[in-house]
Amino acid sequence: MNKYMERIYNGIIKENPTFIIMLGMCPTLATTTSAINGLGMGLSTTAVLMCSNLVISALRKTIPERMRLPGEIVVVASFVTIVQLLIQAYVPALYSALGIYIPLIVVNCIILGRAEAYALFNEPDVSFFDGLGMGLGFSLALTLIGAVRELLGAGSVFGIPLIPEEYHISIFVLAPGAFLVLAMLTAVQNKLKLPSATNGDAPKPEFVCSGNCLGCFSDCAEKADERKEA
Amino acid sequence: MLNLLTIAIKYSLVSNVVLSQFLGICPFLGVSRKTDSSKGMGAAVIFVIVLASMITHVIYVAFMAASSPLCKALGLRDGLDFLNTIVFILVIAALVQFVEMFLKKYVPNLYESLGVYLPLITTNCAVLGVALNNVSYGYNFIECLVYGLGISVGFAIALILMSTIREDIIADNDKIPHSFQGSPIVLVTASLMAIAFFGFSGLI
Repeated sequence: MNKYMERIYNGIIKENPTFIIMLGMCPTLATTTSAINGLGMGLSTTAVLMCSNLVISALRKTIPERMRLPGEIVVVASFVTIVQLLIQAYVPALYSALGIYIPLIVVNCIILGRAEAYALFNEPDVSFFDGLGMGLGFSLALTLIGAVRELLGAGSVFGIPLIPEEYHISIFVLAPGAFLVLAMLTAVQNKLKLPSATNGDAPKPEFVCSGNCLGCFSDCAEKADERKEA
Repeated sequence: MLNLLTIAIKYSLVSNVVLSQFLGICPFLGVSRKTDSSKGMGAAVIFVIVLASMITHVIYVAFMAASSPLCKALGLRDGLDFLNTIVFILVIAALVQFVEMFLKKYVPNLYESLGVYLPLITTNCAVLGVALNNVSYGYNFIECLVYGLGISVGFAIALILMSTIREDIIADNDKIPHSFQGSPIVLVTASLMAIAFFGFSGLI
């Protein structure tokens, strides 16, 4: 396995951003109402992640340390805008389905997380493949979650009807269903003792904070509490 | 007036920012362990979102919209709307830094209670979401203020409710099936809260 394939394997299986590291929960919950929406969100994020990793890695010696974070944000936001305009022009149906969540890719912690954890320390070519692998892992996870919710809630997968209408549980395509599906997923991971950030078994990459949405904020909050008490 | 009341109720309760729009999930799950910290976080979010909502609106009207003085002077007939995301995220990041510095120097009492939560807010997607939605809904200044207030109060309500429930969950942790301990039970709670918030849809 060469170094490029290794990055793709790492992103899809070993450090899958959704199933294992638990990053980017907002788009995961919001855009998985159907398999096709999940796939669209995943691929948009992949495009941004590949380009931003490539550019940030290429500029890593040029950007001064003090301007690192604003510089990264400008690079990411530029690519998000490009992707947004392309989707608006060529896939208008997806644009109206995803809505506000396309510009919000800017604040998806996977993007800045990978930039901080990987692109800043590695060559542009491997960083590009790291972005590709992470993006594909994210797309795969979102498509799977979307397919489960669409199957249970609307009785179809990718719009192909599979279950007759009497058996639809429409709550699964609504907001509570998103939380419920994710709760079941993490419970199954706990039961089978699969590696996941939710049970502390995930490999700990050097992300910003400890690198997962659930842990990130509680870590930061604990630090804030400590500072407050001191 | 009725219009403003509708905006306030709709975005604080009916389409709650966390439970139905999924913005700001990270602080909702991360800072809801203790009621005290969730109150502080809620207050800090209200402060920043209302401020950011007004400031980004002023910037949009002055520089980015097709009808703005800047675009007219430069002869840009389509405006600078495509720069919204870049400008807003930088303005928000700078604003949070600035608020932190200002409070530290001039209102130390407020800084003591809110300051520690401010750095966490830059990564809260609800702030950017409010700024972008103000533009796409075409709100005026007062509507932006009320919308920002509605969204952030809704966030604070969900966060404080969650933290009070979660304190009980943590106290009775042994009664929960082993595989559901930790984040699964929190997500189930969030799901039930989202169902409960459906009840508010009759208000509008």
